[in-house]
Amino acid sequence: MANHSEHVASARLYWLIWLALIICTVLTAYVATVDLGKFNTVVALGIATFKATLVALIFMNVKHTSEKMTKAILISAVAWLLLLLFLSLADYSSRLAG
Amino acid sequence: MSDSHAMETPLAVEHEARPELRHHFADEQQQRNAASLGMWWFLGTEIMFFGGMFCGYLVYRRMYFTEFAAASRTLNLPIGAFNTVVLLCSSLTVAMAVRFAQLGNRKMQVRMLLLTLVFGLAFLGIKGKEWGDKYKEHHIPTFNHYNVISGEGALTNVKGNAELLGLDKITDPVKRQQREAEIQQRTKIFYSLYFALTGMHAIHMIIGVGIFIVITWMAHKGRFTPEYHTPLEIAGLYWHFVDIVWIYLFPLLYLIDRRGA
Amino acid sequence: MATVAVPVEQKNYLNAEYGIRSWLFTTDHKRIALLYLVSITAMFFVGGFFALLIRLELLTPAGDLLLADTYNKMFSMHGQVMVFFFLIPSIPAVLGNFLIPMMIGAKDLAFPRINLLSWYIYIVAAGLYLWCIFSGGVDTGWTFYTPYSSLFSNTHVIEAGLAIFIAGFSSILTGLNFVVTVHRMRAPGMTWGRLPLFVWSHYATSIIMLLGTPVIAITLVLVVLERTLNLGIFDPSRGGDPVLFQHLFWFYSHPAVYIMILPSMAVVSEIIPCFSRKRVFGYTFVAMSSIGIAVIGFLVWAHHMFVAGISLYSALVFSFLTFLVAVPSAIKVFNWTATMYKGSLSFSTPMLYAIGFIGLFTIGGLTGVFLATLGVDVHVHDTYFVIAHFHYVMVGGAVLGFLGGMHFWWPKITGRLYPEGWGRLAAVIVFIGFNLTFFPQFILGYLGMPRRYWDYSHMPEWQGLNVLSTAGASILAVGYLLPMVYMLWSLRYGKIAGDNPWQATGLEWKTPSPPPTFNFDETPIVTEEAYEYDKMPLPEEVSLER
Repeated sequence: MANHSEHVASARLYWLIWLALIICTVLTAYVATVDLGKFNTVVALGIATFKATLVALIFMNVKHTSEKMTKAILISAVAWLLLLLFLSLADYSSRLAG
Repeated sequence: MSDSHAMETPLAVEHEARPELRHHFADEQQQRNAASLGMWWFLGTEIMFFGGMFCGYLVYRRMYFTEFAAASRTLNLPIGAFNTVVLLCSSLTVAMAVRFAQLGNRKMQVRMLLLTLVFGLAFLGIKGKEWGDKYKEHHIPTFNHYNVISGEGALTNVKGNAELLGLDKITDPVKRQQREAEIQQRTKIFYSLYFALTGMHAIHMIIGVGIFIVITWMAHKGRFTPEYHTPLEIAGLYWHFVDIVWIYLFPLLYLIDRRGA
Repeated sequence: MATVAVPVEQKNYLNAEYGIRSWLFTTDHKRIALLYLVSITAMFFVGGFFALLIRLELLTPAGDLLLADTYNKMFSMHGQVMVFFFLIPSIPAVLGNFLIPMMIGAKDLAFPRINLLSWYIYIVAAGLYLWCIFSGGVDTGWTFYTPYSSLFSNTHVIEAGLAIFIAGFSSILTGLNFVVTVHRMRAPGMTWGRLPLFVWSHYATSIIMLLGTPVIAITLVLVVLERTLNLGIFDPSRGGDPVLFQHLFWFYSHPAVYIMILPSMAVVSEIIPCFSRKRVFGYTFVAMSSIGIAVIGFLVWAHHMFVAGISLYSALVFSFLTFLVAVPSAIKVFNWTATMYKGSLSFSTPMLYAIGFIGLFTIGGLTGVFLATLGVDVHVHDTYFVIAHFHYVMVGGAVLGFLGGMHFWWPKITGRLYPEGWGRLAAVIVFIGFNLTFFPQFILGYLGMPRRYWDYSHMPEWQGLNVLSTAGASILAVGYLLPMVYMLWSLRYGKIAGDNPWQATGLEWKTPSPPPTFNFDETPIVTEEAYEYDKMPLPEEVSLER
């Protein structure tokens, strides 16, 4: 009855992703100590987003899922979060600046 | 459950051979898809749940950047990074457990799940130690002994903090006292958010450990087959999500400004 | 089970099993809907009791019935009970729960046990809230504004906050269930373009529940933590910003208005075509406007904060966005009106409620546009104008929709007809009572009467309008009690309804009334669009004598 062909990733891929995540963690801890001016925060969040994307795409199988809705849900939830952050911060930025 | 006496005989008979299939679904594919869709929507709500706190964090970080940076430096970076690694390892073992379920390898499945529990508990233990240190440093806003100006937990004990906070340039004792009161107040917000965020994350970890104890037991009993392992899969999604939250918490809390450290 | 095989009486969800256990452990979405109906009705009377005391206090200018502190608790608990324990679960958890699986041709919701769990969570939350009431109540206003709620109030803020936090999970689980059900459980042939508008509206509602509720949940947790663990996040004396609380609170609580009104629009979208004997006009526009409301509804929250000290630029943007949200609501109103145009209308009870809804919602919505205008808002902010505005939306909109829907689907739920004459009478009484209660409040607000005042003896000329309002409230109360009485009466004495007394379209009318436990004996296959009323026969004229 179970006619779904589930995607089975290779163990090698999981180990590689894990390795990449560890390297990124060490990297982000190290880069934080280097003075990049304004870019420290950008780099830290960039690395975090990269790591989160790896976990979501490979470990959570978003990349190969047969479920079309998964990506839509992820995108809308992240969009809603950005909406909350952006519109609230817009108030603070324009208030504190003025 | 009321579905034990299904009304339609053909379906009921059909279902007896398929114990995991609940009465109101047409087939396993539909049930599996529904469960995973449900979990994904739940994770969507979780994003917004943490999002409220992230919003507060960003607002205050913008308002009180220097105080946040100085307080952030008192967090233990090596331990925080190590804990991140522990959590990433647990994510790997969860992914591997699902993979072994897909391949029908029960023994490795259980081993991976046990390893996940070990990593999860290790994370919580390390977190507990960090919180204990914060208590000793008088950095928990709940207690009246909260103090970031003097004593063991003084912010100025960390290299570079006196310059960052501008305390080194203030010579007038009255002005210095005012500035210190301000710092005391603003760092309190940082630590409040630190404990709220890591606390909420820890509660999610504890729930995750609870879920995975059940999942491990189910795996041990051989409940999961290459055809049916939905509970393991959706529990795994939850675990990875909690991991992702930490992936963001680590730089936001520990790495606000570590330049020259 | 097999021993009571009576060949004549058909098995349905009500008589399939008996006994309290069969209700408390049921996973049948229809029984859970009835559990919700009983619980929210009880909470409605709790909230109504507070409203009664508020109106009685305002009968005279002096503060003579209640103490000032008691009055503060009355309006706070009236708001919290009505919003979080009645309006938000009302239509979704009762009618939505009952009808969505049937309308899409499914046997149940996707997660029946989670559905039951969400009712238990609601009961825990409601129980905690009742405990909060009986142990002394809460006086923060329904909005929990900080720093009053986190620092100064010495009432039971923690219990109230936790109760609403818990109720939020009930709402999230309901929304989760609906979304997954609509995505995964549709019968063959039930495409998105054929979904009843009821389902579309509930889908939009569920999205708001899923993406909005967690934000208020965490916000209330932070308030509770601020009170219990001394964490300083919103408290200005600890460097916090109370306006941040308002941002987070309204990020949910403005969309929550759409959680209350969208399901009502769902009901009206079913009633209007049925009693106009016409296809709904502009199906796609009505469906998409629900989604539009859900999305734009999230972009307008700061219009509650125009005088709270947000930046002027931000206020301008939010004012503009608030005007935008009126567009999808207007699309709905125009489409309903166009549906009625040249239809063969019959004014049965549900239709009376639906038409009442359109009128009152239009007034409520348009005064919302006034309030979105910065200049006007500054003038009438925190006055009775605002109170009247949101009661037109929440009572004139949400409650009328709930009552209309209860009448429309009562024959399906119970298998019996309510007495039509009494039904129409009650609908007219509700309409008159409602307008008499709340229209004077628009004028009072414009004259400057502030909300939340228990004593207006400095302005005795406001008394006349307040007396009118209180009188209207008593009429409204009669209008609420009447349906309670005759509907309970009809359970035993009502005329047997038959499968489809209104000759309405929709899968829920194609099964027996009351429906069997699994809704359909065999999974239906859908071959036509929704609202094919030109193919339906006319219903028998509903007799008023009964």
